[in-house]
Amino acid sequence: MSAPLDIGFDYTRSVGPVLGRFMTALAQRRILGARGSDGRVHVPPVEYDPDTAEPTGELVDVAAEGTVVSWSWVTDPLPGQPVQRPFAWALVRLDGADTAMLHALDTGGDPTSVHTGQRVRVRWADEPVGHIRDIAYFVPVADPPTDPAPTAPAPPAADTGADDNTVDTVVTPVHLNYTHSASLEESRYLRALADGRLLGQRCPACRKIYIPPRGACPTCGVPTTDEAELPDTGIVTTFCIVNVPFLGQRIAPPYVGAYILLDGADIPFLHLVLGCEASEVRMGMRVRAAWKPREEWSTSLENIAHFEPTGEADAPYASYADHL
Amino acid sequence: MAKQRAAVLGTGQTHHRSKRTDVSMPGLLREAVDRAMVDADVGWSDIDAVVVGKAPDLFEGVMMPELFLADALGANGKPLLRVHTAGSVGGSTALVAASLVQSGVHRRVLTVAFEKQSESNAMWALSIRVPFTMPVGAGAGGYFAPHVRSYLRRSGAPEHVGAIVAAKDRRNGALNPHAHLRQSEITVESVQASQMLWDPIRYDETCPSSDGACAMVIGDERAGDDSPAPAWIQATAMRTEPTTFAGRDQVNPQAGRDAATELWRQAGITDPLSQVDTAEIYVPFSWFEPMWLENLGFAPDGEGWKLTESGETALGGRLPVNPSGGVLSSNPIGASGMLRFSEAAKQVMGRAGEYQVDDARTAMGHAYGGGSQYFSMWLVGADKPA
Repeated sequence: MSAPLDIGFDYTRSVGPVLGRFMTALAQRRILGARGSDGRVHVPPVEYDPDTAEPTGELVDVAAEGTVVSWSWVTDPLPGQPVQRPFAWALVRLDGADTAMLHALDTGGDPTSVHTGQRVRVRWADEPVGHIRDIAYFVPVADPPTDPAPTAPAPPAADTGADDNTVDTVVTPVHLNYTHSASLEESRYLRALADGRLLGQRCPACRKIYIPPRGACPTCGVPTTDEAELPDTGIVTTFCIVNVPFLGQRIAPPYVGAYILLDGADIPFLHLVLGCEASEVRMGMRVRAAWKPREEWSTSLENIAHFEPTGEADAPYASYADHL
Repeated sequence: MAKQRAAVLGTGQTHHRSKRTDVSMPGLLREAVDRAMVDADVGWSDIDAVVVGKAPDLFEGVMMPELFLADALGANGKPLLRVHTAGSVGGSTALVAASLVQSGVHRRVLTVAFEKQSESNAMWALSIRVPFTMPVGAGAGGYFAPHVRSYLRRSGAPEHVGAIVAAKDRRNGALNPHAHLRQSEITVESVQASQMLWDPIRYDETCPSSDGACAMVIGDERAGDDSPAPAWIQATAMRTEPTTFAGRDQVNPQAGRDAATELWRQAGITDPLSQVDTAEIYVPFSWFEPMWLENLGFAPDGEGWKLTESGETALGGRLPVNPSGGVLSSNPIGASGMLRFSEAAKQVMGRAGEYQVDDARTAMGHAYGGGSQYFSMWLVGADKPA
């Protein structure tokens, strides 16, 4: 079984004094390079000299026009890439620079219009903000496309320092889209959950029962094939009361996150305890699963809305001391 | 297996802050690196290799820092390695660097670890909701709080001991000019009055979120002999265990006990509490001081809290723990382990300033990470090992 796992965050980047000046200049439609110890000019500027490791000092203006050193064609641009029609990623050595920078080259979607040695120039963004994408893309000097390329949405605005207008922080959103796959054993456990059953596996060597099943015993290293159905009752071994709100939280605090050890299982799993005041939850407390209505069941441990006290006497400490 | 002798020649660190928006990541590292190289009295041509560590990639959204840091670390044309072991990474990075010298491969190795937490949100990064599971995860505090509760139940420790640790470490931090939190006025009572975040862990018993870096230069025996005040590496140990398995002891993990046993064996230490002068132990939540005192063999099982309660882990006590203020005062996660290792070195080098432990000849640095599954530690001394 598999399911999407999509995560994203707007990371910030404090760019430091060298890239900060580079970004600030971009907002003024100027391109700066850093002169290295050997006299070469690096574009984009490097903060530390590649040969001496000393901080680079002098920044110099270079041209907004240069030469394609090498390139690669992109047939199907991904969302967020600078040009939203077929384009080239090109290494462009700007006039006055000794190193090539990577950026998008738009030829109106035509791969036959790109070649090494081609002369290209910057097409500036309409509203520069102090970001590498103030260079919207490059176009050939000779016969540029007649229509502007469709571009990705503008990047988030940069932050500038309090004392001057130098860019000090840029935002770089990162989105990761995974397909999360469960193992065959976990998939069997998940399908059983969809039927309201709790299915673990027993290690043939140490006889311990794992839920969710692992497919192999982490202690003995042997495959586990024997299945064991477990009841939906057990105990709280230990727990915490989450009072703190945070980004991405799914359950409103305060809530009790508890390790639930099902009767017959040898390892607890994390779940939610409701049905009593948080302050009444105890180590050793007997609990039972509160299932969601059957029509809401899927292949998830979320079919159990929470665990709630059964009202039975607490389990003695010795019965779960080895599960802490 | 014979190892070559190795020594810390110099250490450096940033002033840790919640946000260092004035510098880039490379610039942040260079502050620590430049200070370590000055402290070690070495130049770039003296450095044979560089070993870098940082916290898990999602914490900062940087996947291969070694690629873009090579210029800043003077690593072009030299071996450059990156180490990953979650929160213990600063410690294990130092140990990988030390092993390159102890193996006789290199004479001097620069090692550096860092974190720029302000560029992301570690609480978010540690609470990613995996499909098919219950979304009860709540960051590192949410992970460790149940195990702290287990420790309280198992040991019978009085509730105020956690607050004693927090107040002690924050007051120590006030003596440390590099510390992020410097709270000379904090008291046990004020800690106990702070908000309960992940019951039983309170706000003031929780580490801050810091930007910072730490670096060291580790040299071979000849380099150590030429250094005015080296910290000789007496012993090193790393151990790992799975995050979960049936019967796992989450309070007193086997991997930590095994690593400590190996550390004391290598150094010929039979009574750590008497033979070690000070320890920098990775304590991100206050209760981990007594828990690790037991795990490391400084106290019998269930009695670590008694050392804390009686004041023996404060400056002037029998075993000052985290005289620098520790993780509770500064927590650039990727660097926190290396800070423990370098603060131990500073103690035996006699360079700890206001928080110098009198006559510190032998000091321990310790780090742990993940769900208490990675452990790294070293013992450093003012004397060259036999």
